Amino acid sequence: MKILVCISHVPDTTSKINFTEGDTKFDTNGVQFVINPNDEFGLTRAMWFKEKQSASVDVVNVGGAETEPTLRKALAIGADKAIRVNAEATDGFFVAKQLAAVVKDGGYDLVIAGRESIDYNGGMVPGMVAELTGANFVNTCIGLEVDGTSATAVREIDGGKETSNTSLPLVIAGQKGLVEESDLRIPNMRGIMMARKKPLTVIDAVDAAKETTAVKFEKPAPKGAVKLVDADNIDELINLLHNEAKVI
Amino acid sequence: MSVLVYTESEQGKLKKAAFEVASYAKEVANQLGTTVTAVTINANDTSELGTYGVDKVLNVSNDKLNNFNAKAYAATLHQAAEKEGAKVVIVSSSADSKSVAPILAVNLDAGYASNVVAAPSNTSPFTVKRTAFTNKAFSMTEINSDVKIVGVSNNAFGLVENAGDAAAEAFAPNLDDSLFGVKVDTVDKVTGKVTIADADIVVSAGRGLKGPENWGMVEELASVLGAATACSKPVSDLGWRPHGEHVGQTGKPVASNLYIAIGISGAIQHLAGINASKVKVVINTDPEAPFFKAADYGVVGDAFEVVPTLIEKLKEFKANNA
Ligand SMILES: Cc1cc2nc3c(=O)[nH]c(=O)nc-3n(C[C@H](O)[C@H](O)[C@H](O)COP(=O)(O)OP(=O)(O)OC[C@H]3O[C@@H](n4cnc5c(N)ncnc54)[C@H](O)[C@@H]3O)c2cc1C
Ligand SMILES: Nc1ncnc2c1ncn2[C@@H]1O[C@H](COP(=O)(O)O)[C@@H](O)[C@H]1O
Repeated sequence: MKILVCISHVPDTTSKINFTEGDTKFDTNGVQFVINPNDEFGLTRAMWFKEKQSASVDVVNVGGAETEPTLRKALAIGADKAIRVNAEATDGFFVAKQLAAVVKDGGYDLVIAGRESIDYNGGMVPGMVAELTGANFVNTCIGLEVDGTSATAVREIDGGKETSNTSLPLVIAGQKGLVEESDLRIPNMRGIMMARKKPLTVIDAVDAAKETTAVKFEKPAPKGAVKLVDADNIDELINLLHNEAKVI
Repeated sequence: MSVLVYTESEQGKLKKAAFEVASYAKEVANQLGTTVTAVTINANDTSELGTYGVDKVLNVSNDKLNNFNAKAYAATLHQAAEKEGAKVVIVSSSADSKSVAPILAVNLDAGYASNVVAAPSNTSPFTVKRTAFTNKAFSMTEINSDVKIVGVSNNAFGLVENAGDAAAEAFAPNLDDSLFGVKVDTVDKVTGKVTIADADIVVSAGRGLKGPENWGMVEELASVLGAATACSKPVSDLGWRPHGEHVGQTGKPVASNLYIAIGISGAIQHLAGINASKVKVVINTDPEAPFFKAADYGVVGDAFEVVPTLIEKLKEFKANNA
């Protein structure tokens, strides 16, 4: 089985979010970038397929040279090979078209992406890749087993989960649950050394239109101070929620 | 030319989110000077859609669609959009709509903006406000393609009545077997419980509750309020609560009217995921807990005393206001 794990390169969850150039660009100053958490779950599941079912695992990112340390980290965790499509990732559809070209070119059976990137939160790339490549698709995936070309996938739905039978080629959008938090791996020294020697191929983008443009960013309005209610005066809390906030 | 809206149902009954996206579609249609056509799949009574501005309903009734199927649902909407000549398609932020929209975007060669929180600020270029960086910011996004898909965040636009009558019409999409490459085997769903996605009120608890055995009062508070229950990440990592309840940046997003956080410190990753909620209440023993900076109302106190009192007082309040 040939697996491709899509990796988006995102600000660490603790990052302060600021913008520059008249609020048109994300300010990367002082920001630490990481493998998108949803992709980390997917990569970990891919490692399981590699170890238990002899799958090959490649990772891919659509981005500039600055994303290479993130791809190297994925190699250090255990991926075999990395591909970077050299283009700025500003539109989900554009990114999906790049990834679809990589999938077709590499003949991948299973594409593991994440539910959403925690930066732009598009939640669209995996479904688009599936449709562009004619693969089956399972979103918000919290369980995946593959047996030959058959697969069983669990999708998180509102208020529960749904188990489906499907087949390769398949694209899933993973999230926590696909593996447990405790299964996540931190690259060790040996992995880091080996990653330096693994291939990281840079390819040119295919022609594709950008269907959306983020023209300006805004930060939420600053919050007013909290109204404290005495623990002995819960009636007051109910009164505020009913008469002031009007939520009960 | 009309605006197409996918109005979801659950076991034949239209969901509340369906009326919200219908309200949104009506606003877009007003801006564009056109009408609203809704699509329903195996819904029983769709007359109420008229109340929220829908002019015409395409009712799809097909046993093959009893279970959700992303490609078949997308094909249905694709064919409806072509039939109506729709240039704008509106969907919700439910798990199902979020699975369908990217496929539909490819089918229609349409740009898709998800998590949209307000009506378009402009229709040419078509510009919407969406959340980004997990609620730490908003992005004004232009959709440049000819056909556009807008995914509306839950509870962001609200329900707007535009009383009218929706003319119902049967619609039979052509569904090729090749669409059904994913076959649902089992659906495991808690019935009779409000889901986080649909809830007006969410009651959430964290590690401050010490152990899973103490969740009875959280469940009870939720039940008194008709709320969904949720939890912080460590609580689900520890197995105290199911993963489906984990909210935050790496869990489910919450955009309820009221979010009550009990024994949750308010870490940045937690707040990012719940910040879209309109009113936030925190109950925590530590007045320095960061959640107090993010909340509207706070009680510094022990959850094991405050929550039972709150339940009791709310029961009285509900009885008096019934
Ligand atoms: C990559 C990454 C992603 C993450 N994503 C998420 C996410 O999506 N969601 C999420 O929630 N977290 C997330 N986290 C974890 C986050 O950083 C915090 O660790 C977590 O939110 C803390 O959970 P908590 O508030 O329940 O526990 P704690 O931080 O341990 O807080 C417990 C609180 O309970 C209070 N308390 C104790 N006893 C009582 C009592 N008797 N009555 C009332 N209050 C009491 C304490 O004062 C304290 O404030 C993420 C972390 C990382 C690194
Ligand atoms: N620039 C990118 N390069 C590689 N994979 C990406 C990129 N952007 C998004 N993805 C994948 O698509 C998933 C969903 O991203 P998004 O649709 O942007 O929210 C991510 O979790 C990744 O797996």
